[in-house]
Amino acid sequence: MAEDATTGDLQSIPALLARNARQWGALPAFREKEFGIWQSWTWGQTAEEVRAMALGFMTLGIERGDHVAIIGRNRPALYWSMVAAQMCGAVPVPLYQDAVAEEMAYVLEHCGARFVVAGDQEQVDKVLEVQESLEGRGTKLDHIAYLDKRGMRKYDHSAMNALADIAAEGRAAHQRFDAELDARIAELTYDHTCVMLYTSGTTGKPKGVVLSNRNIIETSKNSSEFDHLSHHDEVVAYLPMAWVGDFIFSVGQAFWTGFTVNCPENAATMMTDLREIGPTYFFAPPRVFETQLTNVMIRMEDAGRLKKRMFDHYMEVARRVGPAILDGKPVSGLDRFRYWLGNILVYGPLKNTLGFSRIRVGYTAGEAIGPEIFDFYRSLGINLKQLYGQTEASVFITQQPDGEVRSDTVGVPSPGVEVKIAENGEVFYRSPGTFVEYYKNAESTAATKDAEGWVATGDAGFFEDGTGHLRIIDRAKDVGKMADGHLFAPKYVENKLKFYPNILEAVVFGANRSMCTAFINIDLTAVGNWAERNNIAYASYQELSQHPQVLETVAAHVEEVNRSLAADPMLAGCQIHRFLILHKELDADDGELTRTRKVRRKIIEEKFADLIAALYDGSHSIYTETEVTYEDGRKGKIKATLTIRDAKVERAAERMAAE
Amino acid sequence: MTQDASGYTAAGGRKIGGVLMEMKNITLRFGGVKAITDISFDIRDGEIRAIIGPNGAGKSSMLNVISGFYVPQEGEVWFKGYKRGPMKPYQVARLGIARTFQNIALFDGMSVLDNIMTGRLTMMKSGLLSQAIWWGGAQKEETEHREKVEKIIDFLEIQAIRKTPVGRLPYGLKKRVELARALAAEPKLLLLDEPMAGMNVEEKEDMSRFILDVNDEFGTTIALIEHDMGVVMDLSDRVVVMDYGRKIGDGTPDEVRNNQEVIDAYLGVAHD
Repeated sequence: MAEDATTGDLQSIPALLARNARQWGALPAFREKEFGIWQSWTWGQTAEEVRAMALGFMTLGIERGDHVAIIGRNRPALYWSMVAAQMCGAVPVPLYQDAVAEEMAYVLEHCGARFVVAGDQEQVDKVLEVQESLEGRGTKLDHIAYLDKRGMRKYDHSAMNALADIAAEGRAAHQRFDAELDARIAELTYDHTCVMLYTSGTTGKPKGVVLSNRNIIETSKNSSEFDHLSHHDEVVAYLPMAWVGDFIFSVGQAFWTGFTVNCPENAATMMTDLREIGPTYFFAPPRVFETQLTNVMIRMEDAGRLKKRMFDHYMEVARRVGPAILDGKPVSGLDRFRYWLGNILVYGPLKNTLGFSRIRVGYTAGEAIGPEIFDFYRSLGINLKQLYGQTEASVFITQQPDGEVRSDTVGVPSPGVEVKIAENGEVFYRSPGTFVEYYKNAESTAATKDAEGWVATGDAGFFEDGTGHLRIIDRAKDVGKMADGHLFAPKYVENKLKFYPNILEAVVFGANRSMCTAFINIDLTAVGNWAERNNIAYASYQELSQHPQVLETVAAHVEEVNRSLAADPMLAGCQIHRFLILHKELDADDGELTRTRKVRRKIIEEKFADLIAALYDGSHSIYTETEVTYEDGRKGKIKATLTIRDAKVERAAERMAAE
Repeated sequence: MTQDASGYTAAGGRKIGGVLMEMKNITLRFGGVKAITDISFDIRDGEIRAIIGPNGAGKSSMLNVISGFYVPQEGEVWFKGYKRGPMKPYQVARLGIARTFQNIALFDGMSVLDNIMTGRLTMMKSGLLSQAIWWGGAQKEETEHREKVEKIIDFLEIQAIRKTPVGRLPYGLKKRVELARALAAEPKLLLLDEPMAGMNVEEKEDMSRFILDVNDEFGTTIALIEHDMGVVMDLSDRVVVMDYGRKIGDGTPDEVRNNQEVIDAYLGVAHD
């Protein structure tokens, strides 16, 4: 293989690994905190470990085209097992680790997995639970490898082994399999499948998105160059391994640019580990940024008066000039001095607490982010940007270049990506990252990707005049019409509601109806803290959610949203006339949200049909019973009487005049 | 279950060894009050042995006799085949016995990590001076002990609170930290005084899992006192039942459950 920087001979992840081991052999590739210490592996060591695992898989009889399911939290060895599988010509299929057994069974059966690499005993148990029924339907798991040996001693090991022991067997057997493995690595080209990822499935069953080496490597190359990533950068890998973003950041870009991937000790230590590492490149869904901001604000509420005044004063300065300084726009000397002082007193320590001291590029995507949240981080000098993407595109469709960052757009098309808007407003794209197909689902493939390679995103949006930035309004299929012909864009309204810290989730109804109504979920952290400070006692989420003062607060938020909607003639019809606060949090375990926490509208509409009926029949309270699933799979019932509130609606004067 | 001197096979196929500790005709008096009257039983290597009984039955006194804190007026305590005389607490610790307390006894102002490190105190060899200036042997020694402690932190899944002062922790976690400190001493015999008291169902499930895991992974023999019958019956291999300072039952959970005297003690019996 030639040692050049173009992708020429670098047509697979294993090829990139070999290059990295040569070029940056002694530089850190992966780190993981274990036993209180950051353990690190250089590219040289990583290459050695991955090869041992691959040889180990060969001893187990892995064949070209086999599927290897990977289930667990972000750990270096699990990333390595994916690359090891690729070396053997097999296809890694990472799964969501919080998936319940049936969800796991569906994916294992659909891809026909022969091998499973599980993170720990919990995951192994889930696999064993579904194994029998899988075999009954013709999918035979040949072998389960597990990473954490804890509690595994007494299991039947006839078709199971520790990953470390498999690697050890591989090392021992290297003379038998070296030649065969090298041959398989050499075969890999751009057209081979790199990874298969299951989409979270807002509708129907998950679909297996096949991404080729071309998709992943070209996308990684383009996006790394866009943000000038280099092997000096550091990322923290904490998002689900089954999500395309994590694969691009922690494998694609990491292997392309050679930066270091850091894995937290466990989910609970994430914030501490983030602070210790201080990543230079960071990705998080809006929810993470929201939670962090909420925590900061709650802690500032409890701070001493002097600290609080200092915080408020300098945050005001930051709000005024911070984003301008970040974008390199002209700012007066005095303001620069103030900001510098604020940086010493407030922003610096705050960024350090959040783990963002060294951040160079930060991205958020997946959902719309509240402008206040977005501006908060940018005003601190954190270069937080938005991108728009999906699994089928290997993430990147559009992203914001430095200096052109706003909270209401998703940026310009990423390098190498073409974007067009169809007549009905749906966004289409074509790029080197465009997926090969949906596995075993030609029908859906054809419905999504046309002969020329244009892919329908399912989102409605438009390019802004002048800037060329894309703005997304809503899911195309969710954008509907109300009974009187007004445009109905539920997600747009829901996002506006969710920007209030007190509101965690909202679901708006109104398609083909005379008026819009909404379900609200309150945020227990924010509202609970408020209740504590105001001496309001409550025993449960349900009780707090129906507290008159909470209803009052939420009503005020809804009315504020109505005012801002009324200002936009296109969306004035979406104002919320009536709403209720749900007695339970919407939960993925109950099927109301996807695993990536997107609202499943249809299921909610069916499940809470009685509540929706009450929203439209004018009643002021309703009694309801709801089935819930606990984390261990048991089921229970919640009973509640919910209050239904009317909200003030603004007249859309402009629209009336225009008609 | 077949029992003999060389041990027996418990549920799940675990091999239980020979006698680790034997109590022979123990009687303990406080002045005129008899807390324990002529009790004998044994604890075998590798088993989970529970002591149960109604309030005031003398369970905690029994545990204190096992730990060597109380010296019985009559009877003998045999440990690892030797008869044990009166001992200082540090001598007990060196013998390989560690315990947790009914009312948590941790150092509130110290971090979780430091609290657990105190569990290894008896194993530290370097002198006061070299520890104070943290040089040479002391430094190396601390690293070794820290490694052991970190393994326990990992085992009990308390990484996230490693640096948190114990005083700020909720009750359930404090109990877990106490278990961690006891484990840090690498005991042969672990005594748990009401490990589940005051816990909610989820915390109890966690604690049960940890107790089973400790027994399974480290082979630690465990003697525990507990009020929650469900927990006792699920966890333990053999149970001693006490009432008014006397032993009224001894055997597997099933045997004990069907023992008429035990049923009377728990459910009450009509006196006429």
